[in-house]
Amino acid sequence: MGMPAFPEAARTALADGQLRANLRTATGTIRAKRAAVVAERADWEQLREAGRAIKDQALHDLDTHLLRLEEQVTAAGGVVHWARDAAEANRIVVGLVRAAAADEVVKVKSMATQEIELNEALAAAGITAHETDLAELIVQLGHDRPSHILVPAIHRNRSQIRDLFQREMPDAPPGLTDDPVALAGAAREHLRRKFLAARVAISGANFAVAETGSLVVVESEGNGRMCLTLPEVLISVVGIEKVIPTWQDLEVMLQLLPRSATGERMNPYTTIWRGTTPGDGPREFHLVLLDNGRTAALADEIGRDALRCIRCSACLNVCPVYERTGGHAYGSVYPGPIGAILTPQLRGVDADPVAKSLPYASTLCGACYEVCPVMIDIPKALVHLRAKVVDANRANPSPERTAMKVAAWIFARTRRLELLQRLTARVASLLFRKPTITRLPPPLSRWTETRDAPTPPPEPFRDWWSRTREEP
Amino acid sequence: MDAKSEILSRIRTALGPDRTPVDVPRTYTRTTPETDDIPTLFATRAADYQARVRRVTAQPTLAGPGGPTALIPFDPVPVAAAITDLLKTTHVRSLVVPADFPEALLPQDNYVIRRDDPPLPVADLDTTDAVLTGCAAAIAETGTIILNAGPLQGRRALTLIPDTHLCLVRADQIVGTVPEALSTVDATAPLTWISGPSATSDIELHRVEGVHGPRTLLILIID
Amino acid sequence: MRIGLFVTCFNDTLFPASARAVVRVLERLGHEVVFPRSQTCCGQLHFNTGYQRECVPLVAKFAADFADLDHVVSPSASCVAMVREHHPRVAEVARDPGLARAVAETAPRVREFTEFLVDVLGVTDVGATFAHRVTYHPTCHGLRVLGLADRPTALLRAVRGLRLLDLPEATQCCGFGGTFALKNADTSVAMGADKARHVVDTGAEVLAAVDNSCLMHVGGLLSRNRSAVRVMHVAEILANGADA
Ligand code: SF4
Repeated sequence: MGMPAFPEAARTALADGQLRANLRTATGTIRAKRAAVVAERADWEQLREAGRAIKDQALHDLDTHLLRLEEQVTAAGGVVHWARDAAEANRIVVGLVRAAAADEVVKVKSMATQEIELNEALAAAGITAHETDLAELIVQLGHDRPSHILVPAIHRNRSQIRDLFQREMPDAPPGLTDDPVALAGAAREHLRRKFLAARVAISGANFAVAETGSLVVVESEGNGRMCLTLPEVLISVVGIEKVIPTWQDLEVMLQLLPRSATGERMNPYTTIWRGTTPGDGPREFHLVLLDNGRTAALADEIGRDALRCIRCSACLNVCPVYERTGGHAYGSVYPGPIGAILTPQLRGVDADPVAKSLPYASTLCGACYEVCPVMIDIPKALVHLRAKVVDANRANPSPERTAMKVAAWIFARTRRLELLQRLTARVASLLFRKPTITRLPPPLSRWTETRDAPTPPPEPFRDWWSRTREEP
Repeated sequence: MDAKSEILSRIRTALGPDRTPVDVPRTYTRTTPETDDIPTLFATRAADYQARVRRVTAQPTLAGPGGPTALIPFDPVPVAAAITDLLKTTHVRSLVVPADFPEALLPQDNYVIRRDDPPLPVADLDTTDAVLTGCAAAIAETGTIILNAGPLQGRRALTLIPDTHLCLVRADQIVGTVPEALSTVDATAPLTWISGPSATSDIELHRVEGVHGPRTLLILIID
Repeated sequence: MRIGLFVTCFNDTLFPASARAVVRVLERLGHEVVFPRSQTCCGQLHFNTGYQRECVPLVAKFAADFADLDHVVSPSASCVAMVREHHPRVAEVARDPGLARAVAETAPRVREFTEFLVDVLGVTDVGATFAHRVTYHPTCHGLRVLGLADRPTALLRAVRGLRLLDLPEATQCCGFGGTFALKNADTSVAMGADKARHVVDTGAEVLAAVDNSCLMHVGGLLSRNRSAVRVMHVAEILANGADA
């Protein structure tokens, strides 16, 4: 991964004024919509509690539920494949597409296939993948990277999208305006033939019900329905954490997800299917169950909570860091708060500079935890992963480590703190005459480059206390 | 070790030997208060998401086993008239109906009617303006209709390719909440839940109607 | 009532006026304030940066320093959040049942200043006077971890002469975030600049909060931009006019 660590990537993004304006508008809109539909439900907290418990129940008995799922899908005419990692999943999918003698596939947006870079693997095998979700299409046409889980092109505004369509879409209507309805219409025309002719479709799934073998795809545009219904062969690549135990559990998830994701009471389309149905939909159905680091996360008692995630993006939309930096800065297909705890776990906290920096890409403000429909305590997981980063690097000396050790040594004895305080006050009174300091040496220069710092007052509190309260 | 055994063994190692069972607290609302006027709530909520909703009153008839009345336990005449009126508000000229759709409910004007029997090729569906179906259930709170390829609905492609979908919803098919709907519908059939016409929020997170699915959704509630 | 003051190392060194204000308000309300001299630091800096191992002795020290006080009050929402929410976790990480017991004894008795005034002492009017336009920023740990809700603003509203102005997008983080302010200085400043802009837009003369760390960040930006808006800890406002 040749990506820069978060602070550097963020700096680049912050310099892009257009990007910041786009993100600000988009996240502001969705936050308001979500808040309105959540407020309609007096039992929202109970729904969240249930959502958390359902996912925990599934995860705490994951082997049992996966076996049940396999059994049910198979009984309904589907074929289940297991993939330990990205390479294995890609091999399985490429093999299936070849077996269907297809050189093109239509795809409905799926985080799992982005995570394993399936499109690249298909391309290497000479297979063209057509992304059919509007935002994915925008990303694909722009040779861009997704920057949001749900709305991968959130970083682009309507006129940028219009320009892109005119440049990259051969069949874009002349005189295309930047009216979102017109843009959606252009995408409809562009993809129509592909849907009607497609022989193989690739999807992910939002939920997989162990009890019934049902797969669930929640969407808005109808591209999902097209992919799930029209082709002869359907391949769904699904992370093992997507399983939920029972059919009844859907009654919770199908309420939590749309309200948290797009701020709707219900999304326009939800498709639920089991295996194959004669005369209706694909003749062949393959379910590829993907591990790719998930079992490693499962082994971590705090980190595993991230596997409850239903990819609603609510945490991104409320995150003040995400709102400023956008998704690309997170150097992974999973951006925002959830990305900051998921990516380091899927890759390993010490795998690369990105993974190492992500747990620190947060102020721990807790806005994400407040909205998460499955109550993932993201700040807790962030702090836990920070400890893992620190522990993995204990052997390598660094200025930060030294500073932390010295600070701990000072705080261990009251006397040492008192001496330090007096020393600070003395030095400050000699060096700084004004109430604020405008320049400090590194690393504190990172503060004073943009912010004034308070001049330490001559008398720490404890000295005032002794002077005024503890008459000798 | 094959992939399946390896993943399962990784899971077992990760979880360790002592597993604490997790209980799901189901204290959230599962039913609507009896006082709510469910069909009216459904009509409002479906309209919130840009479905065009009309209501028609039809006298119930006794359902005889197997006969056409099992499909339409109501007087078809006012319903067929309402369908005709509703279609007049559109530019629809041609219609596809599922194989089991009764003649008595077809619009009375001059429409090209295609029956999906034998199944029509997708190219034909693509050149048909609208589809006319019933549904399996509907949810008032969310304005959702549920199709399960059951009576009056046909296979999934029918309601997907034509640009207009006119769906008949009997008032007694409408439940209040999502939990009620899930306990009503058959979990084995392929399900399509529809809440308003096709839409996208992909441009600046504003919902706009009309991408790949039907861009016009007409709902006729039969009281 | 005998009340222990947990000043926090940060306030002790850089913002002693806020701690003196706490003492003044509590004493004016007729209570006895004690200052356990041995106290140093709650370990928040270490814990939040990932130095959990280094944090363990600090947590143990805190539990010992405040062991025999029924009530401990502090002018820092984030340090109180550290003690109440995270000290138990540190004890768990340390696998030290003795420490876990000590923490379970002490931590719940530690309260943030405004929380203490409203919940324990049951007062919202502390008799202060402050004739200025003030806007209040609810700092994240106070808002989301401690759930201070409208306690600080209820206290401010009762101050004579004070006009409380609504801060737009008040609940959004100011961007301080401890070491985040240095490790991700650019993002931190981008967030702080937006906060500062909202503050200036209110037309307030004073920005108030219950965490001097956040105030140092936003205040540092305001002062760098030559804004006339001052930052003040809520305690200092509540102490104003107290002895007059
Ligand atoms: S972590 Fe929670 S809020 Fe964020 S995407 Fe996942 S489910 Fe949604």
